Parts: sequence; C-alpha cells; structure tokens
Amino acid sequence: MRLQKFTPQRIWILIGYAAAAAALFSAPLFVSDFRLNLLAKFLAFAIVALGLDLIWGYTGILSLGHGIFFGLGAYAMAMYLKLEASGGKPPDFMGWSGLKELPLFWQPFQSFWFAVAMGIAIPALLALVLGYFTFRNRIRGVYFTILTQALVIITTTLLIGQQAFTGGTNGITGYSTVLGYAIGSPETKRVLYYITVVALIAIFIFCRYVIGSRFGKVLRAIRDGENRARFIGYNPAIYQMVVFTISAGIAGVAGMLFVLHVGIISPSMLGIVPSIEMVLWVAIGGRGTLVGAALGAILMNWAKSEFSTAYPQGWLFFMGLLFVVVVVFLPKGVAGLVSQIKFRKKRREPNHEGIRNPAV
Amino acid sequence: MEVFLLQIFNGLSISSILLLVALGLAITFGLMKVINMAHGELIMIGAYSTYLTQNLFHDYLPKSMFDWYFVLAVPVSFVIAFLFGLILEMSLIRFLYGRPLDSLLATWGVGLVLQQLARSIFGAPNVAVTSPAWLNGGLKIMDGTLLPYKRIFIIALVIACLVAMYFYIYRSHEGRRMRAVMQNRDMASCLGVSTRRVDAMTFAIGSGIAGIAGCALTLLGPIGPSLGTYYIVDAFMVVVLGGVGKLVGTVLGATGIGMFNTLFEYWTNASLGKVLVFVCIVAFLQWKPMGLVAMRSRSLD
Amino acid sequence: MKKRMFYQFSVLLVAVTIVLAGCGANDNKTASTNGETDKATNTANSGASTEGEIKVGILHSQSGTMAISEVSVIDAEMMAIDEINAAGGVLGKKIVPVLEDGASDWPTFAEKARKLISEDKVATVFGGWTSASRKAMKPVFEELNGLLWYPVQYEGLESSPNIFYTGATTNQQIVPSVSWLLENRGKKFYLLGSDYVFPRTANLVIKEQLKAEGGELVGEEYTPLGHTDYSTLISKIKQAKPDVVYNTLNGDSNVAFFKQLKDAGITAKDLTTLSVSVAEEEIRGIGVDVLEGHLAAWNYYQTTDTPANKTFVENYKKKFGDERVTADPIEAGYTAVYLWAAAVEKAGSVEVDKVKEAAKELEWDAPEGKVKIDGATQHIYKTVRIGEVQADGQFKELWNSGEAVKPDPYLKGYEWAASIQPTE
Repeated sequence: MRLQKFTPQRIWILIGYAAAAAALFSAPLFVSDFRLNLLAKFLAFAIVALGLDLIWGYTGILSLGHGIFFGLGAYAMAMYLKLEASGGKPPDFMGWSGLKELPLFWQPFQSFWFAVAMGIAIPALLALVLGYFTFRNRIRGVYFTILTQALVIITTTLLIGQQAFTGGTNGITGYSTVLGYAIGSPETKRVLYYITVVALIAIFIFCRYVIGSRFGKVLRAIRDGENRARFIGYNPAIYQMVVFTISAGIAGVAGMLFVLHVGIISPSMLGIVPSIEMVLWVAIGGRGTLVGAALGAILMNWAKSEFSTAYPQGWLFFMGLLFVVVVVFLPKGVAGLVSQIKFRKKRREPNHEGIRNPAV
Repeated sequence: MEVFLLQIFNGLSISSILLLVALGLAITFGLMKVINMAHGELIMIGAYSTYLTQNLFHDYLPKSMFDWYFVLAVPVSFVIAFLFGLILEMSLIRFLYGRPLDSLLATWGVGLVLQQLARSIFGAPNVAVTSPAWLNGGLKIMDGTLLPYKRIFIIALVIACLVAMYFYIYRSHEGRRMRAVMQNRDMASCLGVSTRRVDAMTFAIGSGIAGIAGCALTLLGPIGPSLGTYYIVDAFMVVVLGGVGKLVGTVLGATGIGMFNTLFEYWTNASLGKVLVFVCIVAFLQWKPMGLVAMRSRSLD
Repeated sequence: MKKRMFYQFSVLLVAVTIVLAGCGANDNKTASTNGETDKATNTANSGASTEGEIKVGILHSQSGTMAISEVSVIDAEMMAIDEINAAGGVLGKKIVPVLEDGASDWPTFAEKARKLISEDKVATVFGGWTSASRKAMKPVFEELNGLLWYPVQYEGLESSPNIFYTGATTNQQIVPSVSWLLENRGKKFYLLGSDYVFPRTANLVIKEQLKAEGGELVGEEYTPLGHTDYSTLISKIKQAKPDVVYNTLNGDSNVAFFKQLKDAGITAKDLTTLSVSVAEEEIRGIGVDVLEGHLAAWNYYQTTDTPANKTFVENYKKKFGDERVTADPIEAGYTAVYLWAAAVEKAGSVEVDKVKEAAKELEWDAPEGKVKIDGATQHIYKTVRIGEVQADGQFKELWNSGEAVKPDPYLKGYEWAASIQPTE
C-alpha cells in the first residue's frame, strides 16, 4: 500500500482495527458454541456485504442478484460436502429423484480444492459473462437492476426444476465431514470460525486496497458521472465488468463459508428476497464505507435472530419501515449518520461524495 | 386446429393480464421514473377491496343483488388503490424523485409493511371471492373449445382501461399538464402548472390501475397477502421490454411475453417455459437496450 | 475524509462490543439455569426437566409463505399442551412450550432447531411442514441426539432414528388412493404437481404403481411454486383426455388451478381430480363453489366420526373461534403432543433414548381413531380415507381402509417398488 503519514487520526484508526480484530479472534473464549456458530454465519454475510458495497457504494451499480453468486459458491461447497458424506456414491436426493449414476459434472467435486476453486470461479465467470454483455451495451442503472432480478428468477427456477441434479427445493443438506473432520464437532466449528474471521479480514484489506488504488478512483468517477468518465478516456464497461466479477467472486467465498457453518443450502437462499436483504444490510450500515457495510450485515442479522422469534410479525414491519427510513433519510446509513452529526457542528459542507446521480 | 385457436386465446388472455398488471407501472415507472416495488401490494389492495365489497353485498343486500357486486368492485378497487397511491406519493415518493434506485429500495420496504398489514387484518390464509354467476361458463366456438367469459371480460377490461388512459393522457387538460411536466418540469412549472399536484395525481392514477388489476385477478387466482409478489417481476419485464415511456411499447411487450409464454409452456413445461421467456427477454435487451419502442431523446443519460 | 474514518471506527467498536456483549449475556443466562449440562451437548436433553417444568420446542413458520398452513398446527399443539397441563402435566410437571419461527426458510429451521436443543435444552421439538424443512432439521437432530415430531403427510423413503412421523407416508395415503381410483374411476392418469420434492417423489411412486396395476400414464406436469396461470396446462389436460388428474399442487397454485378448471367448463362430473394437499383449511381459501365434488385423500377429516374427534373439534372451535376448521395436519400435530406425553409417562423420564424405547408400539385414541407407533420405523399406523368436498366445505368420506394401515416408508411390502429403493 501507499506510504502515508502517521497522523494521530490514522493511528487511532489502526488501533480501532486492531481492537475489532482482537475482539473477533477472542470471541470463542466468551460465547457458547451455538452463538459462535451464529456469529460465524453473520461474518460470512459481512463478506457478501463487502463485495456488494464495492459495486453499489463505490461504482453505483445496484445488483439485486447477489444471492445467485452467493448461492453458486455455496452449492459448489455443498456438492463437495455431500459427496464426502456419501463416500462418492450418488447422494440420497438423486436416489429419490430416480437417478442411479453420479452425473459427470458432479465427479470432480469430490476434491475439496476443486470445489473451493469452483466456488469462486463459477460466480466470477457468470458475472464476467453477464457483465461483458450488459455493460458493453450500456445497460445500466435501473435496467441493470431489473435484469439481475430476471436472472434470479431464471436461476432459482432452474435449480428447483432440476431436482435430480441439484436437490430441488430441499437444496443440499446432510453433511458429515469436511476433509475428514466431523463438521458438527465444536473443535471443527471453532476452526471454521477462525477461517471465516481470517477471510473477512483478508477480503476487507483487499477491498480497501482496491478502492484506494487508481482503479478505485475510476470506479468512483464512474459512479458520480459515467459519461464524464467516458469522455475523459476511460472505458466504463471494462471497469464495471471487472468490479462486478470481483464482487461476485467475494460473494462466492461467503457462500462457501455459509454452507460450512449452516449445513444447508437451498434455492430459497438465492431468491429475490435474500438478494434484496443483502442490499438492505449495506444500505443500513452505510454504502460507500466498507466498515459500514460489514457492520450493517452483522448487526441486522444479529437483530433478526434475536427479535424475529419473539415478534415474528413485528419484525417484518420493523424491517420494512427501517428500509424506508434509511433509504429516504439516511442515504449513507448509520456510518454516514455518525460522521454527519460530527461534521454538522463544524461546517455544512457540500455533499461531494453524493450517491445521487444528478442527471438521471 | 382447436388447440391452436385455444392457445392463441390463452396467449391473448395471459397478455391481457400482464398488460393490466403492468399498465399502472408503465405510468409510474415509464413517465415518472419511480421504481415502485410496492406496485404488487397495490394490486393486492385492489384484490382485498373486491373481497370486502363482496362481503358487504353478501351481508347487507338481498341475494338477488349479489351478482352485481363485481360491477361496483371495479371502481371501488380503483378508488381505494388510488387513495393508497396518493398517500404513498405525498408521504414518501416525493422525496425520491431523481433517485430511481433508492425509490426501488424504499418502496420494497413499503411493500413489506403492506403485506404484513394485510396479514394482520385479513389473516395469513387466502380468502375466497365468489365470482359472479354471469361470468361463469364460456363462449362455445366449436365442439370442446370454450372461451371462458372471465377471460373475455378481462380482455375487455384492459381495452377499456387503455382507451380511458389514452383519452386522459392525450385528450384532456389534466393529461396535457401531465405530459408537460414529464417532458420538461422546469418549463411547465414556469408556465404555472403545479408540478406537485401533477406528480401526485399521476402516481395515484398508476396505483388506481393496479387496484383494477387486483380486482380482475380475483376471478382467476388466489387472494392472499403475497398476491403481489407473483406479478411484480413480470410486470417490470413487460415495461422494460416494451420500452419505457410509451404505452404502445407496454402493449407490445405484454403481448410478446404472453404469447411466447403460452407457446413455450405448451412445447415444454411450465418451469422451462418461464425460464425460456426470461432468457429471451434478457437476450433481447442486450440487442435493444431501450426496449421494443424506444423514446427518442437527445439527452445522454 | 480521515476524520470520517475515525468515526466509522467508533461505530465499529461500539457495535462489535454490543454484539459480543449480547451473545455473552445470553450465554450466561442459559449457563446458569442449566449448570453442568452446558458442555455435554450430546446429553443435553437430560437438562430439560428443571424444577417442576419440562420445556418443549415448537418450531413452525410463523412468517413467510408457509405461515398460512403452519400457524394452525401451532394452535393445535398449544391446545394439546394446555389440555395436558390442565390435567396435571407430564410426570407431575408442567409442559412449557418454547416457540420459534422457522420463517418458511430451511436454513432458519436448521438454526432454530440447533438453538432449541443446545441453548434451550428442550425435551423434544414439534415442528416442520414442508419436506425441505424436515430435511434441513434432520442432520441437526441426529447430530445432537434430539427428538422431532413431524406432523405432515410426506413422500416417504425416510426413517430417521431421531424423528417420529405422525403424518402419513406414501402407503397410507397415495398408494391406496391410486388403487381406489384405478378400481372406481378409470385407468388413465394425469399427474399434476408443483415443482418440488414431494410431488416428484410421489409421482415416481405412482408411475411404478400404475405400471404394476394396469393403469396408464397420459401426462405428467410440474409448475413452479406460486404459478398462477393454468390455461395452457388445462388445454394439455383436455388433449390428453385422462380419467383422473392426480393433483399434488401446493398452496396458492391450487386456487388458480381449480378456479380456471371450472372456467374451462370442466366440473367434478366430467373429470375426477384427487388432491393430497387440499384439506378443510385450503377449501376456505379456494372457495367451495369451485371445489365441490372433487376428491382428496387424507387420514382425518373434521367430519371423521369418532368420540375423540367430537371433543377435539368442539374444544378447538371453543378455543380459536367457530369459523375455524380442523384438518389432517392439525390433528396430526395434536396427536404428536399426546403421543410424546404418553411415551414420557411410560418411560418415567424425558431422556430421548428412554422416550424412544417407551414409544415403541404405544397406542392412543386419536381423533382419527386408534393410532399405534410402529417401533421399527417410528411412523404411526393410520386409517386411510378418501373424501369428497361437500357444499358446506366439509368432506364426505367415500371410502376408508377399515383398519389402521401399517406404515411402510420404503414400500418394502410392494414388489413393484423395488426400483425406487434408495441406493445407500
């Protein structure tokens, strides 16, 4: 990374990072196995939120199809886990769907590392192909968003329809071991938790690096004025394509971790509602700030698992209203609110990082 | 031959339903650039309004009158959805002009709240609407080929809505003001048009038509809190495929999707048919990003 | 810019602290009530009986698409618990239900099941509706040695040591109804279902049975969940000219299908349809006018004539309102609670292994008639009933199997079913 002066603020920031990392690493000492498992799931969601923030907060592309990329990563890992559980024989759901032989495309998923590679590569490739066509044809803004919804419907309908190959609505569940270790044992779960923390931190640093680089500056230029960026001589399509691919790959990583923690993936996790919920986390935490996005994901999911049981009806009311309030009155989310309050005291500065595109 | 005729009729019928569902959206999205994800819930409100009208007739009027509840239900659904739209515009949408993506997210939240509201008021299970006797049965055109009156009624209803909208937008003073505001807001405002009022009216009319769609859907399908979610994505596809800002485009988009849907479903099965239709739409938009009927414009964004 | 980042960090720190504190606090609470058992997850259930009360979990969807069906089952299970408590409880202790929301989302079912067993230390869980939710919970119950009572008819081919199935398996609903249809209504079958696991597996069984018993398959179609336009499908059915449409559609699709079937001029007189997911509750949402005369196969109807059912229906209506109706899964949920309580009494303990042992061959007078738990499969013996929808929204029983049928989830007793046995 670039060399920068160590101003007092910067030192405080570093201390803040260190404290957060320390808190995450020491969490297993304080919380029960069940809670740790939940926390690990939230951290996986935080990873998707980071990827989503990269394209929405920093590039201004709203994808309502990130559930697909998350899900594809998850399915890759689930296929490996299922094959390990069945010892390489066709898994149970193929049996009750009338399939006797393991299909060819399932075969290589017996290898853990192949599955991991595919968990990142398949979502990334799909995003690359989709991005290549749509961005090159200058489909953007609202149109892109609606297209991603169509893609969600295509993917879920296919996954559900091809029950013999994908497990249908049930999805894929019933795993026993990962690389030979029992997936349910507290020790394995603890190790998986640490892996998730490391992945989150690594991806966080990677995203910081991306937005700090020249590439990241161009992304923000595209967000604030796509045509202006084009006239200066950048080709926005290439930048959008690349960042969309990166974001999809990150979602794939999150999906793989999700399956390891939760033990099931089903098409319902790829649907329109989860995809929009992911956007909600970023919106509430604060788009355009990585910390905000990650925190939004963790807090929203924590709140959901705490309150949705006690007030299953009230929870949906609350979530809907929260969505409205945040989008209308706090376009930069909670993270934006904090800095806003502080800044207002000093001076009312123009909104130079504006999310809104003045021309549309 | 029979089957062929029936399939064309089925295609037309699906097109008419899609069009009815998308018409309101064509106004709010096409003219005002507001992505109203709560459109589906406005449809649901229309459906529940019909249910309430039916119950009122059932409880307070003689049995002989019952069959005519539906005649009243259409305007009632329109008015109730219209009022909801008006409230929605005045309290929320007006903060969101010029922020289409934000309007998408905020209205999705509104949709969630409305669904939950319906669940609290009417309960989670579906409610039953008995269709009026004069819509039962169908037109027999040849042996074994029956065109249900309900579907013919819906086609007629769509045509009526289209004609009414045409006259409103292109032949009335209100409509002229509306077009003026949509074309050039500042200029219209300078010439004394109250843009706030026009915005509110336009959005409310779009919502009202969603209410009519909801009323029509009670004839064919389930009436429950999640009714709107079944149609919302399809409705957006119709508008986007047709091209934003032109009624003709919306009509063409709906007809195209409806016909192809029937065709693919007949050839393959319902799941695959749906996938094929969506794939075709995505592919078509790559080729013509502005849809079937593009608005000519010199503006860049 | 930098200042702003500083504040982001304050937010980050505060939030992480809150989350951790929240987790920690909750953890302490459960740890203090359960003392030593906290660590030993595998014997977690022995901690369920604290002084004077026994905790049981109820895990159904209270929100989302499945809430429509599952909320009534919660009501029935709560009613059973109240009745048992009013009569003195189990082992002299009160049953305390812990409600969790599965939210119509399978991973949530798995998560909440884990919470109920390892955090709340419940003695047993009553829950699930869709096959997918059961499949999602199954590994959790097997891993933590919990106990689940599943109240809905399902596609069979499963028998988990940690699940009791109080709904019908295929040979208690589908297989006998197909035989009955072949005998009484005709040989040509059209299979129509929603695109998910239950219809596909059920149809796999039906196809084999048709082959063996001289039926003829003239069509098979699946529509996506939530599909609402059946005009094309109805023309396909018309073309195929079946004697019987065997309907495994789920939820809202049934409304659209039956309304549009009637519009196309096809009534129950012209075409027999038999549904396996349309019960009294669903009839209210579809409308009696379109359903009258159509058939369904279940093990229980509100009109089933047993003394136990009379009191059950009476109490249910008294408790939840006169307009409410009972239905097969509601009755199965109610039965599950009583069967569990009886097994606990017999075992003298709520420990899973002891309860399972005591439950073997246990009998109880359920509203549907006498039921008995089959020790080998942990399913229950049930009477099969075919009913016809009447103008008042209730069923008239056309046929029943006479005696409770022994459950056979893997259809081992049927020669033609050899090819659908699981490979493992």
